[in-house]
Amino acid sequence: MHVPTLAEITAEGKKPEVLFWVGCAGSFDDRAKKISKSFVKILQKASISFAVLGTEESCTGDPAKRAGNEFLFQMQAVANIEVLNSYSVTKIVTTCPHCFNTLKNEYPDLGGKYEVVHHTQLINDLLKEGRFSISGSYYKGKRITYHDPCYLGRANQVYEAPRKLIKKLDAELLEMKNCKEKGLCCGAGGAQMFKEPEKGNKDINIERTEQALKTNPDIIAAACPFCNTMMSDGLTNKEMDENVEIKDIAELIASAEGI
Amino acid sequence: MAYLSNILFAILFTSSIFLFRRNFLLIKRNILLGKNIDRMDRPKERWLNMLRVAFGQSKMVSKPVSGTLHLIVYIGFIIINIELLEIVLDGLLGTHRILAPYLGSFYSFLIASFEVLAALVIISVILFWTRRNLLKINRFWNPEMKGWPKKDADFILYFEIILMSLFLFMNATDFLLQNLEVPNYVKAGYFPVSQFITPFFTSFSIQTLIIFERTFWWLHIAGILIFLNYLYYSKHLHVLLAFPNTFFANLDPKGKFVNNKTVKKEVKLMLDPNIDPYASIDSGSESSKFGASDVLDLNWIQLMNSYTCTECGRCTSECPANQTGKLLSPRKIMMDTRDRLEEVGANVSANGLFKDDGKQLLNNYISQEELWACTSCNACVEACPIGIDPLSIIMDMRQYLVMEQSSAPGDLNNMMSNIENNGAPWPFNNQDRLLWANDN
Repeated sequence: MHVPTLAEITAEGKKPEVLFWVGCAGSFDDRAKKISKSFVKILQKASISFAVLGTEESCTGDPAKRAGNEFLFQMQAVANIEVLNSYSVTKIVTTCPHCFNTLKNEYPDLGGKYEVVHHTQLINDLLKEGRFSISGSYYKGKRITYHDPCYLGRANQVYEAPRKLIKKLDAELLEMKNCKEKGLCCGAGGAQMFKEPEKGNKDINIERTEQALKTNPDIIAAACPFCNTMMSDGLTNKEMDENVEIKDIAELIASAEGI
Repeated sequence: MAYLSNILFAILFTSSIFLFRRNFLLIKRNILLGKNIDRMDRPKERWLNMLRVAFGQSKMVSKPVSGTLHLIVYIGFIIINIELLEIVLDGLLGTHRILAPYLGSFYSFLIASFEVLAALVIISVILFWTRRNLLKINRFWNPEMKGWPKKDADFILYFEIILMSLFLFMNATDFLLQNLEVPNYVKAGYFPVSQFITPFFTSFSIQTLIIFERTFWWLHIAGILIFLNYLYYSKHLHVLLAFPNTFFANLDPKGKFVNNKTVKKEVKLMLDPNIDPYASIDSGSESSKFGASDVLDLNWIQLMNSYTCTECGRCTSECPANQTGKLLSPRKIMMDTRDRLEEVGANVSANGLFKDDGKQLLNNYISQEELWACTSCNACVEACPIGIDPLSIIMDMRQYLVMEQSSAPGDLNNMMSNIENNGAPWPFNNQDRLLWANDN
């Protein structure tokens, strides 16, 4: 798959419509790489001109900031902003709600002002503009429950964009006991992804997976690579990974469209 | 002698207002011990937020049962307090139902509404008590509720039942005296609730009835004045502070965490190629401490949050860490902040300036284990019906732990050195960032 870098495109004297900020998970994590690829397929099918930063991309600093290392966060942010501004980037799309939140909310104050959208929002826009359509009945009648990522939902009030896409799949959208404003965290936020949990009587991802399983789903839909990992682990723990799949919304759409 | 009761009332009333004012100024002083933060932007949005969230109780109803019961008590509190105006005037002037002649039939309507509300408040408070004491709702039984917080909550409920009952008893005896055409007890008001209490008092003589009526009247107003001054010692300050607290609440997206200004200055200096490396770094008069280890490192809004907290525990019951048995409880973060602030405030009162007492919010009140259990998911912030933000305190304290003490959990240190060395939280080579596009 050819994924153009911003350096290449700029060298050709062109400017892409949108920069795809892949994020560390989307670049390095085996599970999340599949999400990146699915999303690129959607961008290609919609014939949208896009580019990635490739080796010029670096961690947004989100996990450092939430872990309390504001210094490291700001160093990362300033360096990334320098790269983004040198290319005069105006619009960024990302498949990771953590990158999305940081780029959108915390970079402007440090000199990085861009239009930042989550991939579920961009896909909705493409549908609205008629540049992309979801026709497949691949998931018709499937039971899909959607897990709200904290940094997309509560943090930025994006509740409907992912849900609209699931409904477009002709699937049955099931809501968990805790959803939208009351969505339960998968347990990865605030840099928890990178450490062992504190002592307790249960892991958060198990609690959340149990809530998801109560809806008796065929598929758990996620919109965050970290939620995806946490819920996958939860399914394995519950020995339900054979019966229930965990898929990013980009993956659902790509497979529905057979791309 | 004739003016004895007027004088007594004037003394009782002014002294309790004076005491309340003194304590309230003390709270204000303590809150302003916090660091400055500008929250005067977007005034229109702020007024609207206050109207909607505090005055309109918009977030209370997300829990329909407690939300509805609270709404009744809240409306009762506001409406019945209109009656206070008359009670105070009567007390000072030695009159009885002074407003009745001026308001005519509207007066009867008012008294009738007060009575209905009083009865509804009593029912709601009994249900509140039942929920708190008999139904074993988890959030009322967390460890931080042991001892005084539990007693405080029950005291407030008892207070409300007693005050409302005194109001109805007062009206019942008044109603009887009115019907007996006792001089001074002019026919005024309509008593849809207290008329049903009158049978308890019909056997008494007029003299005894007058004593009863006067006693209920005095106990009712004295009770209100005592309750007013109890606020300072209780978790019940939200009846006043919910309003400024929602006005000054964070209006930005919840995911936006403020960029630390001290760090911003340092980073700017580090990256400025024109800076003279030998010049003394002007860190200004501001402390260059990173993050918060004690209440004086927090901003005044975080401190006001702690006084506003009613310890309802909605935050804790939504907290994923708490739900899965971790030590963290966002409510405890707020309670600890207030307890420590009151300790620091007493220290300041005694010494003029804060004198080191060998204690701080971190470790003495809030443990590192609590701080590291947070997923920063904002469930606590979302759950608070009056805009309290426990997460911002947790994050400020994490900053202190990491940037001043380098005491993050080992795994997090690994993650951070990975970001520092190769720009990703995992140990991958940054040159491999685009490899994902190649594999199939």
